[in-house]
Amino acid sequence: MNQLLDPLLIVALALNFVTLGVSRIRGVINAVALQGILLGILPLFVHQDLGFRVILLVGVTIGLKGFVIPRFLVHALREATIQEEVKPLVNFMGSLLLGAVGTGLGIVFSYTLPLAEQHTNSLVVPASLSTVWAGFLMLTTRKRAIMQVLGYLLLENGIFMFGLLLLEATPFLVEIGILLDLFTGVFVMGIIIHHINREFGSTSTEHLTELKG
Amino acid sequence: MSESLVLLGIIIAASSGVPGLLLRRTSMSGQWVTTFLAVLGAALGLGGVVWFWATGESHPIVLQWSLPGAEFSVAIDGLSAIFLVPVFLISLLGNIYGLGYWKQTEHPQNGRKLRLFYGTMTAGMALLVIAQNSILFLFGWEIMALSAFFLVTTEDNEKEVRETGWIYLVATHVATLCLFALFAVLHAANGSFTLGPLNPETLRPGAATAIFVLALVGFGIKAGIMPLHVWLPSAHAMAPSHVSAMMSGVLIKMGIYGLVRITSFLPHPPREWGILLLGLGVASGVLGVAFAIGQHDLKRLLAYHSIENIGIIVMGLGLALIGRSLDRADWIILGLGGALLHIWNHALFKALLFLSAGSVIHAAHTREIDRLGGLAKVMPRTSLCFLVGAVAICGLPPLNGFVSEFLIYLGLFGTLMNGERRSFAGSSFAAPALALIGALAVACFVKVYGAVFLGTARSEHARHAHESPPSMLGPMGVLVACCFLIGLAPLLIAPILQEGVSAWAPNLKDAGPRLATLAPLEWITSMGLLLNLAVLLGGVVLWMRLGRGVVEEGVTWGCGYVAPTPRMQYTSSSFAQMLVGMFGWVLRPRTHQPKDLPLFPPETYFHSEVPDVVLDVVVLPTFRFGAWLFSWGRVFQHGNIQTYLLYIFLALIALLLWR
Amino acid sequence: METIFHDAVHVLLALGLPPLLLGLIAKTKALFAGRVGPSVLQPYYDLIKLVQKGSVFSTTTTWVFRAGPVVALVTAGIAVLLIPLADATAPLSFTGDFVLLAYLLGLGRFFTASAALDTGSPFEGMGAAREVTFACLAEPAFFLGMLVLAKLSGSLQLADMLGSSLASHWSADGESLVLVLLSWFIILLAENSRIPFDDPNTHLELTMIHEVMVLDHSGPAYGMILYGAALKLFVFGALVVRLAFPMTGGSPWLDWPIFVGGMLVVAVAIGVVESIMARLRLTHVPILLVAACLLSGFGIILLVR
Repeated sequence: MNQLLDPLLIVALALNFVTLGVSRIRGVINAVALQGILLGILPLFVHQDLGFRVILLVGVTIGLKGFVIPRFLVHALREATIQEEVKPLVNFMGSLLLGAVGTGLGIVFSYTLPLAEQHTNSLVVPASLSTVWAGFLMLTTRKRAIMQVLGYLLLENGIFMFGLLLLEATPFLVEIGILLDLFTGVFVMGIIIHHINREFGSTSTEHLTELKG
Repeated sequence: MSESLVLLGIIIAASSGVPGLLLRRTSMSGQWVTTFLAVLGAALGLGGVVWFWATGESHPIVLQWSLPGAEFSVAIDGLSAIFLVPVFLISLLGNIYGLGYWKQTEHPQNGRKLRLFYGTMTAGMALLVIAQNSILFLFGWEIMALSAFFLVTTEDNEKEVRETGWIYLVATHVATLCLFALFAVLHAANGSFTLGPLNPETLRPGAATAIFVLALVGFGIKAGIMPLHVWLPSAHAMAPSHVSAMMSGVLIKMGIYGLVRITSFLPHPPREWGILLLGLGVASGVLGVAFAIGQHDLKRLLAYHSIENIGIIVMGLGLALIGRSLDRADWIILGLGGALLHIWNHALFKALLFLSAGSVIHAAHTREIDRLGGLAKVMPRTSLCFLVGAVAICGLPPLNGFVSEFLIYLGLFGTLMNGERRSFAGSSFAAPALALIGALAVACFVKVYGAVFLGTARSEHARHAHESPPSMLGPMGVLVACCFLIGLAPLLIAPILQEGVSAWAPNLKDAGPRLATLAPLEWITSMGLLLNLAVLLGGVVLWMRLGRGVVEEGVTWGCGYVAPTPRMQYTSSSFAQMLVGMFGWVLRPRTHQPKDLPLFPPETYFHSEVPDVVLDVVVLPTFRFGAWLFSWGRVFQHGNIQTYLLYIFLALIALLLWR
Repeated sequence: METIFHDAVHVLLALGLPPLLLGLIAKTKALFAGRVGPSVLQPYYDLIKLVQKGSVFSTTTTWVFRAGPVVALVTAGIAVLLIPLADATAPLSFTGDFVLLAYLLGLGRFFTASAALDTGSPFEGMGAAREVTFACLAEPAFFLGMLVLAKLSGSLQLADMLGSSLASHWSADGESLVLVLLSWFIILLAENSRIPFDDPNTHLELTMIHEVMVLDHSGPAYGMILYGAALKLFVFGALVVRLAFPMTGGSPWLDWPIFVGGMLVVAVAIGVVESIMARLRLTHVPILLVAACLLSGFGIILLVR
């Protein structure tokens, strides 16, 4: 793999930790958007021949992950008039440390996978496992609905990174399918957040437990 | 010759308490006789050890003994010599300290009992260290453990002390049970009860693993490795201070001695054992000091620090074991050398800390840190001794704690060099963990020293404290001198450590690098002297400058508050609050605070504590569950003597039929 | 003869430059704020003034209070003799000297915090508690960075770890070194009580760490504390400069000016960071320090994977 791939993946990994440790929601949205733009640029380094297909993919990914979805989330944020995450189930330092442990385990685990020649020494698999883990942590431990959406986005970023390994083999349709899946997911979550806010006057998902019975 | 001196010392120490039993309970004469005999015994023992180092010869003594499989065989080697020194030295100093601290005239009910068992504990420990036979080892071990039980429950008129004694007794008997199993497996592997290296050809891997695990659990309970430490904090807090000094400084090292001896017998330890020990050491170190930070009972805090230092020693041992698996002599020498030196250092500074804490408690009649304060002004010499102990335990230069931690750091960083890439470099992560332990220790001891000795007195008791008598200051002074000596002249100790390492790894005796070449000990000496001289010079310069200028006295300015009161000072729990919060996931602090106060609240209270998590969450519920499970067995225990006699008769018939 | 010359220049630079760094930081912050600010030589004038002033000592304090500034100054002074400056040599250098460096600074911290508690005032106690707490997180980050340097250089002496061989390692393992550099810069800000950890200009007790520990000191003792703090800044700054610009030009006439230039750049960088960032909420400070630990931790993981 290209020499420039590893530094970009390190920046992507660092952005995982920024999302886990920062409490301002706007900051987390910016971090996830930046990660999305980075991931959009990555196919340029993986492919040897830059055909029309690759450039279209890069453009659509950057547009969607870097601008459209974050704009949408900022709009939802303004409507809900919240600025910060309340005390999450695992506090910020604990999230950071759990994220670090997960990343370490991901690095160890990537050695046990039977990867192709050109992927064995690269950071792609550890970075993708780490991003998936960070997304999972955010989904399960954060109380604000928007933070859970951002966790879902991180999860998708991680899967996308893993998909980079298979870029040559995956048909175009599957790539667009992944992006559409992402867009739909965020759209649906936006609708749900709006309804939660309207019903309870706040976007803390703790109130959802009042719906039982 | 050296063995006979040590044996003589053991016998005199064991019997030192007996004359006191025969003399009158209300006079000091018994105490004087006992102390004289105990000091004599300890001096003879130390003399034997010094003779061994001077001549380097070992003449094992073997006597017949009627127990099957047992023989009374004792020998001193490099490793035993290292462990014998703290036993005799701390016992000697503790007995002298007891002259002022636990006067017979002040404690007529338990003074003689305390001195009797102090002597037998010393004798038991010295015996097990030089024993060459498993049964003799167990004999010494049990004498030590039971004497310690009676010492912990010295003040058994108090309920808390009795409960602590029971926890200690259960823990030590579980440990002894593991040791019985261990020696049984060793007998099966070795063919006899002699303690010696195992033959690699005849040793089955299952047997080796069983030996290692049993040794780790059995000796680990005694040493206080997390999570087997549950008996330690209360036992050291409830015992009299010179007993705590002996227990913390020496008794738990006997667990380490057992672990070191057994690992020296196993010929080809797999890497995983060393990594396990390293991991347990890191966990004990970090969690030990985290628990210590949350305590506000002075002696409980010091007890948790013992767990931390045992963690550091186990880290060194783990590194040595990894070195043995991979044949890296430098890791063995630095790791085990650092661990052995830390054993001495910890014995010295922990005894110093406990003896100073004892002086404080003797003067102020309370163990609660938040009721003390300002004692440096009324007890200047004791506070200086405590400061030296605190600086030493944090591993700060120029004292002895720095030297042993330095050796372990060099060993851990060495695992990065020319090692196999992934698996060993992992062990170098223990170095930042050691740094974390050191920084947390600094935080804890600044808290203790500041809250107990500095500032102003927070209670009447502390205001009326008095300085300790010379019989209590003398031993502390000796320990201070030892701390400085080892810190400034570690080269003197290097050959002793080398002997100890050679006893553990005989192939390194003549071949292999020397400790003095691996670690720049002469630089430590020169840097330590430079530091001391520079501080003295700086102090003189400041003093002269202050003499030239205007110096006034006033009340503490503290941002302009005109009338500061003692209650406004930072307490120990406030000092530790941020750290306890950071470690809250494992410490689980409990607070009792008022709820639903009205607008004009009446007088109320707030109380916070950090209880022992392993004891409260794991051990006690397990035992309660066990009690419930076996409650059906109570049918057989109804106190009717005739039925008990019937049980004995039935057992006799069963045995006769079986034969 | 050469080494005596080098050592003399090292000592003179190490003792003379630190207050200039403090002055430069203050000047940078002033320029950012649109002010003219004090002269860059102001700290020197302050030190001279303090040495001549009288002192007031509280009746609550003991000898520990007078010993605190002395120990802080002496430990920082010996620390500057241990770090390699321009030509990658230090007057005192031996295997494992970085351990002594970290623990000397720890000794200074122990006595400074104890001197603060000696006054019996809650403000000093607060500062001491925060100082020792944050140090617990900064020490592992420092040692993790040292693991990276030890692995790369194969030696345990600071002079070799930060020596000229480091330049070749930048091209091969630059990622790890960048992470360590970032981590050490964060530690520099933390240990020297700069924004975002502490505000050296404020006098509100709720926001202070270092400033509040030394509230009760006055006169020559306070001067010792100020100078000791400058020396500590020099130590950490030198580590960052040597890590960032490890090349040696070959001749001393080129090396020393480059080094001094690097130190001034670091001072300006600190001033810039202080001007553009706000102080972090106290509960968020540990998170940033844990992030510094993680940065160095990933530096070493990248090397040994």
